[in-house]
Amino acid sequence: MNDVTATSAAAEPSHDDRAILEVNDLVKHFAVKGGLFGRNAARVQAVDGVSFDVKPRETLGIVGESGCGKSTTARLLMHLMHADSGDIVIDGKRVGEADGLSVRDMRYLMQMVFQDSYASLNPRLTIEETIAFGPRVHGVPADAARQRARELLQQVGLDPNLFIRRYPHELSGGQRQRINIARALALNPKIVILDEAVSALDKSVEAQVLNLLLDLKQQLGLTYIFISHDLHVVHYVSDRVLVMYLGKVVEIGPVEQIYAATAHPYTQALLSAMPSMDPDNRATEPPISGDPPNPIDPPSGCRFHTRCPHAEPVCAAHEPLLHVVNGHAGHLAACHMRIPASGHSAAPKKGTP
Amino acid sequence: MDGSQTAAAAPGVDAAQVAARSRSYWATVGQRLKNDPVTLAFGGLVLIIILLAVFAPLLAPYDPADASMIRRLKAIGTPGHPLGTDETGRDMLSRLLYGGRLSLFMGIMPVFNALIIGGVLGIFSGFVGGRAGMIIMRTMDVFYAFPSVLLAIAISGALGAGIENAVVSLTVVFIPPIARIAESVTTQVRSLDYVEAARASGASTFTIIRVHILANVLGPVFIYATSLISVSIILASGLSFLGLGVRPPEAEWGLMLNTLRQAIYVNPYLAALPGVMIFITSLSFNLLSDGLRSAMDIRL
Repeated sequence: MNDVTATSAAAEPSHDDRAILEVNDLVKHFAVKGGLFGRNAARVQAVDGVSFDVKPRETLGIVGESGCGKSTTARLLMHLMHADSGDIVIDGKRVGEADGLSVRDMRYLMQMVFQDSYASLNPRLTIEETIAFGPRVHGVPADAARQRARELLQQVGLDPNLFIRRYPHELSGGQRQRINIARALALNPKIVILDEAVSALDKSVEAQVLNLLLDLKQQLGLTYIFISHDLHVVHYVSDRVLVMYLGKVVEIGPVEQIYAATAHPYTQALLSAMPSMDPDNRATEPPISGDPPNPIDPPSGCRFHTRCPHAEPVCAAHEPLLHVVNGHAGHLAACHMRIPASGHSAAPKKGTP
Repeated sequence: MDGSQTAAAAPGVDAAQVAARSRSYWATVGQRLKNDPVTLAFGGLVLIIILLAVFAPLLAPYDPADASMIRRLKAIGTPGHPLGTDETGRDMLSRLLYGGRLSLFMGIMPVFNALIIGGVLGIFSGFVGGRAGMIIMRTMDVFYAFPSVLLAIAISGALGAGIENAVVSLTVVFIPPIARIAESVTTQVRSLDYVEAARASGASTFTIIRVHILANVLGPVFIYATSLISVSIILASGLSFLGLGVRPPEAEWGLMLNTLRQAIYVNPYLAALPGVMIFITSLSFNLLSDGLRSAMDIRL
């Protein structure tokens, strides 16, 4: 057994390899117009100090309520909007730095599949033109780009002869999403960000597209960042899961740890809100009530304390930092109940993990 | 999978069917226009008016400037002068044919200029936005705040009478509305995911505008511009009527309306003829533009 792992680790990078993508303290605040001439503008703290890393060939699921900053994080990663601060490091090279990776080169390594399969295809371009656009932009000759489009269509399970000359309005939602995936793969990226990529599809089509994504990951050795609000789907595809709440990471860890040994009350609430297929296994915990607080003026201390059933004075006073839980090195949660000697009555005693 | 696998089983047959079924946007628009008799009729009328103006020298029975005191204000139906003669005895039919040239020129030219200038300004403001975009659009708003007739008269008055100056003033009048339409459509299209996807693929701003913005913005802007042609014809006629546009003895419908107005008690039908031409032409352009708008408004 040990021998097998050793050889496979030598042949291909294992999950313990150096991170392919590192995100350090990413911050994005949106100014909200207010006051005369936009002065005294309030700021929406859409993404506030998010850090995580992604290992080669793994799938990192990102979950959270709408408005928690999932999609903003994706757009920041793709440099579709500029971060206020923070680093993005791909393959050990900082993106956008003189001695690092240029944004243009970054786009060879990382691509994105958008949620809305209708809005993400230009209605005036044929499927071939849409897929070949990226390679053409990067200087691939027209013939080669067209050939590439045909290969990609084949790869995403659509017959090139049938689809190459079609327009988006002639395709079904599932077919459009396959085109979107083909376009994202056109530049041979290593990392693909899937922003709610299957959320808008019918369940049966969603399953087909998910399986296609998993097949492509195997064939091409891709790394996925899988953003979704569907916890079943995230459970199915992810190796690790990151839970966001109001622009902050509240819990991150291996998928089984997150689902079986949940550490953060918010994650617990999310999971208990997940519909069960088994009528004997209904959710018994009450779901969290109310809307998320206003991100313009987030709660002090732990941002979840206003809705948390376990909140104590310490939660409003101090912000909990990510801390290892259950003695599992890869499983971190930002909750005072998990931080030894934090002052919370449920916190572990100092010295015990 | 999605039915595509079963369809792929017989690629030869299906590919042919799909090729026949698969129509581009413009083919669909053409098909819709074919089923719209009103638009076709008024489109034909526009074409006829343009052809009459273009071939006026061949079609006109007389020289439009050939005046004669002895055959002033002949009624419609006078032998030799089917549409009568004007207040200086010039043949009305010839003058209406020649007048169409200037009136159409005054209708199309300012709109065309404004389409280019306003389109560029609007698409730039919409796509790039920021401070520069804001300055451009607020300047447009200042011009837009003036009633178009007043603005045209003011600019023409300042520049002096003449065809060129009338074209310049009408161009200035039409730039703001076109820029506003272009800006709002561009802002809509810019935020769509396919533009984001194009940015994510590393395309330059110029390439994105050329491939993804223009095709989706020009349609609505073009439609709006065609509806301005009729406004431009009427405004230009108004300028000529006030003596700020075309000067006598040139034939232009608005100017003819002006010079014939003394004859309105003597021969009202004759005096109304240039107005009828303005009415028919602007109505035709308007209905053609409406028809194009609904034909091109395809929910994809």
